[in-house]
Amino acid sequence: MRRQEFWAGIRATFPLLVGTTPFGLIFGALAVNSGLSAGAAAAMSAFVFAGSSQFIAAKLFGSDASLWIIVLTTLVVNLRHSLYSATLAPHMKHLPQRWLVPLGFWLTDESFLVVDKRYRSGDRSPFKHWFFLGSATAMYANWQLWTWVGILAGQRLPNPAGWGLDFALVVTFIGMLVPDLRSRPFAASALSAALTALLLAGLPNRLGLMVATLAGVATGMVMEQKLQPPKELQ
Amino acid sequence: MTFQELLLVCGMAAVTFLVRWPVLALVSRIPLPPIVLDGMKFIPSAVLAAILAPAMFLPDGTLDLRPTNAYWVAGLASALIGWYSRNLLTTIVAGMAFFLIWRWLW
Repeated sequence: MRRQEFWAGIRATFPLLVGTTPFGLIFGALAVNSGLSAGAAAAMSAFVFAGSSQFIAAKLFGSDASLWIIVLTTLVVNLRHSLYSATLAPHMKHLPQRWLVPLGFWLTDESFLVVDKRYRSGDRSPFKHWFFLGSATAMYANWQLWTWVGILAGQRLPNPAGWGLDFALVVTFIGMLVPDLRSRPFAASALSAALTALLLAGLPNRLGLMVATLAGVATGMVMEQKLQPPKELQ
Repeated sequence: MTFQELLLVCGMAAVTFLVRWPVLALVSRIPLPPIVLDGMKFIPSAVLAAILAPAMFLPDGTLDLRPTNAYWVAGLASALIGWYSRNLLTTIVAGMAFFLIWRWLW
């Protein structure tokens, strides 16, 4: 059962690896092109393991921002992970710290999305954290591998940002969002989050992302109430 | 790796771990009100939409709805591919191909 969940986690994550692979490649290339050493770029992928904040850090490092600014920006850009933790936590109550610490470290956008879906699926498997472990292992190994390839490629090829590979993450996220749009409250929630994010894109440190997410959640809850009258009225 | 880089990686690793793990470890010990649990199901799609909209329509920080902005054209095409194919891998591969071809055409 444990082994089955572990492999199911890897399989569910596989399509997302296709999308994050070019992202890791560009991060490695961009990092060495913006003046980070190969060792620092690899260490960032190994110990921070948070794609979008690593990108921003590499860019800021290249523009001589102070360390404090980069660390603070990392904190703000990654704040959304606390929403993910809060969403998954109720399902993980029974787990000891030797599970929560590594799974917490390995929490990414991609693993959150597939693991949340697994936890919400109806069956009562007690080993869903093994699914999480499988997904996280796949994401982590893939991210390390492609960071290294990117570092090596970036030392030879200039201007990695112009390769057009950054669209890979956009199309991955679109592929994950589309199935939810078939439900009206979810579609309204996504639309409201998208519009809010566009309006607040000028806010520093991607703070607009957090506000837009909360606006989307609120819209979804209101729409659900409107479309489905409360049970006591039926 | 320089000392400055070592500090940078340690600082980033610390703050990232501190937004991921504590909530996982503490919230799981505190029961959440049902309304919060109910609203959480909207978080994945809302986060995705909030990341995607600026990436597609503001690629350089300003609103760009011209056909030369491949991010929104290919993004829309990818959404249609996803809607009809109902397959994630197909969507990613076909959408990426559409993007590269569109960028090359314009």
